[in-house]
Amino acid sequence: MAYKIVGSQCTNCTACEALCPNMAISEAKGTFVIDPAKCTECIGHFDSPQCVAICPVDDTCVIDNAYPRYEA
Amino acid sequence: MTEAMFEDSHSNGSDDSAVDIADVMQKMAEHKGCGTEGGSGKASCGSSGGPEDMPPEIWEKVKNHPCYSEEAHHHYARMHVAVAPACNIQCNYCNRKYDCANESRPGVVSERLTPEQASKKVLAVASTIPQMTVLGIAGPGDPLANPGKTFETFRLISEVAPDIKLCVSTNGLALPDWVDEIAKYKVDHVTITINMVDPEVGQHIYPWIFWENKRLTGYEAAKILTERQLLGLEMLTERGILAKINSVMIPGINDKHLVEVNKAVKSRGAFLHNIMPLISAPEHGTVFGLNGQRGPTAQELKALQDECEGDMNMMRHCRQCRADAVGLLGEDRSAEFTTDKIMAMEVNYDSAGRKAYQEAVEAERLAKVAAKQDELDGLEKAGDMKILVAVATKGHGIINEHFGHAKEFQIYELSQTGAKFVGHRRVDLYCQGGYGEEDALETVIKAINDCHAVFVAKIGGCPKADLTEAGIEPVDQYAHEFIEKSALVWFKDYLDKVESGEIVHADRGDAAIRQGALISEAG
Repeated sequence: MAYKIVGSQCTNCTACEALCPNMAISEAKGTFVIDPAKCTECIGHFDSPQCVAICPVDDTCVIDNAYPRYEA
Repeated sequence: MTEAMFEDSHSNGSDDSAVDIADVMQKMAEHKGCGTEGGSGKASCGSSGGPEDMPPEIWEKVKNHPCYSEEAHHHYARMHVAVAPACNIQCNYCNRKYDCANESRPGVVSERLTPEQASKKVLAVASTIPQMTVLGIAGPGDPLANPGKTFETFRLISEVAPDIKLCVSTNGLALPDWVDEIAKYKVDHVTITINMVDPEVGQHIYPWIFWENKRLTGYEAAKILTERQLLGLEMLTERGILAKINSVMIPGINDKHLVEVNKAVKSRGAFLHNIMPLISAPEHGTVFGLNGQRGPTAQELKALQDECEGDMNMMRHCRQCRADAVGLLGEDRSAEFTTDKIMAMEVNYDSAGRKAYQEAVEAERLAKVAAKQDELDGLEKAGDMKILVAVATKGHGIINEHFGHAKEFQIYELSQTGAKFVGHRRVDLYCQGGYGEEDALETVIKAINDCHAVFVAKIGGCPKADLTEAGIEPVDQYAHEFIEKSALVWFKDYLDKVESGEIVHADRGDAAIRQGALISEAG
């Protein structure tokens, strides 16, 4: 149902926060986090998840397998 | 006047005949009830642009801007505030992951500031360092990918410190969307990093761009980027906003192509081109660093800069500083102005004191230019000969640094037409822990190996002998005198010796550009 941010790789660049159509991303404990309850994987908003597309570090915004995939 | 009027504390006093900047600084410090380090700033010089080869309206805009004017950066400081962390493209020479407080290169920064914190920081710095005339937003991401924070910062600063010049650096992708906003806040200097005008070249530099909510790659990405950059440049030129172009020289990828870039930006009204060497080392973790892409040698860089220098000014003093650097170019005082420290500071913006300092600087600049003029006669016998010399200086256009303390050398080219600043060479490993004295000297010799002489305020016996053996003449007889004047006096003497047969003129080899990150002294 959601993406998550690998905290140890996050550079705190803030780029994803502004792009998230669901305002699911916020700063917490020195890194950025995605609220899984709000994340829609950008389905219905954009062709690709915005946080993944803008993140300057590969494999930092990734699918969180703790949740089932989002269905619109 | 041969004696410099603006010297640091260990020098032998100042001339009392002209405006004394140290005196103005001291008065300001007393007024504030605090000490001052005034005048100890280390700097060097760059774009040879001066009043004689620039339209007056441009000179008026750049004369106090350390990043734009060779003259200015001896005297004026800049600061960057890191309010813009997000970026909309990826470059193969950039890695945002590293931030060590001791590491100095573009794209890294120690702390992010809010616009309010940034505004307070600017006031704190401007009140402490009267040379501070320029506020830039350079990242650490792309300022125009963070437009809200960037323009709010400009708005706050223009309200409280209207005399500070505002500038912004961008990769250009978002530039066309924000040119009107840039004009609105009277940001009259914009730097665009343009590394190519051909997407075939660009696809090897930019792995992706973020465009219309998609990540685009390859040729398509580079094509959009170059179109947006050139459109943005044209829009700035239409509005009379000065545009400087930064280009990173990447051997084998865009080195030859940068001549085309130079023509393209010149024809669209850019007034200054700054070609910088690629900084590339595996420990930076950049794509280029990891795949072994090398940076240019000193002579490769100079040859390209010379080739592009026609009727366009080339900037050669860029220090490729961090997005949160504070101080004169080549120094970084950012550690004095951390958020904790500035929030605790009593800030009293001293407009009158700043004006007095800046007027004193103008007098000093004129004295330096006048000193050089006297030595321009008698250079005809140089013929086609051009030689390089290195200078150890802490700034103010004076030979005032000890050889062993120098963290960089300024390079001047001496020829029939005079002494021209053509670059600087970092040697900051010298005199630092972990390296033996021998290695350190070797680093310096590699860095200035293309020079015939090195001018210093003072030098020990051992390095003197080693330099001489390497074919670089150590010159300490012009300590605390003006650089250009002294270099020309020495050059004429050199020409006389060549003429009389006392010495045989020979060309020097190439020199290496230091690749590691600059280690900051502040801590």
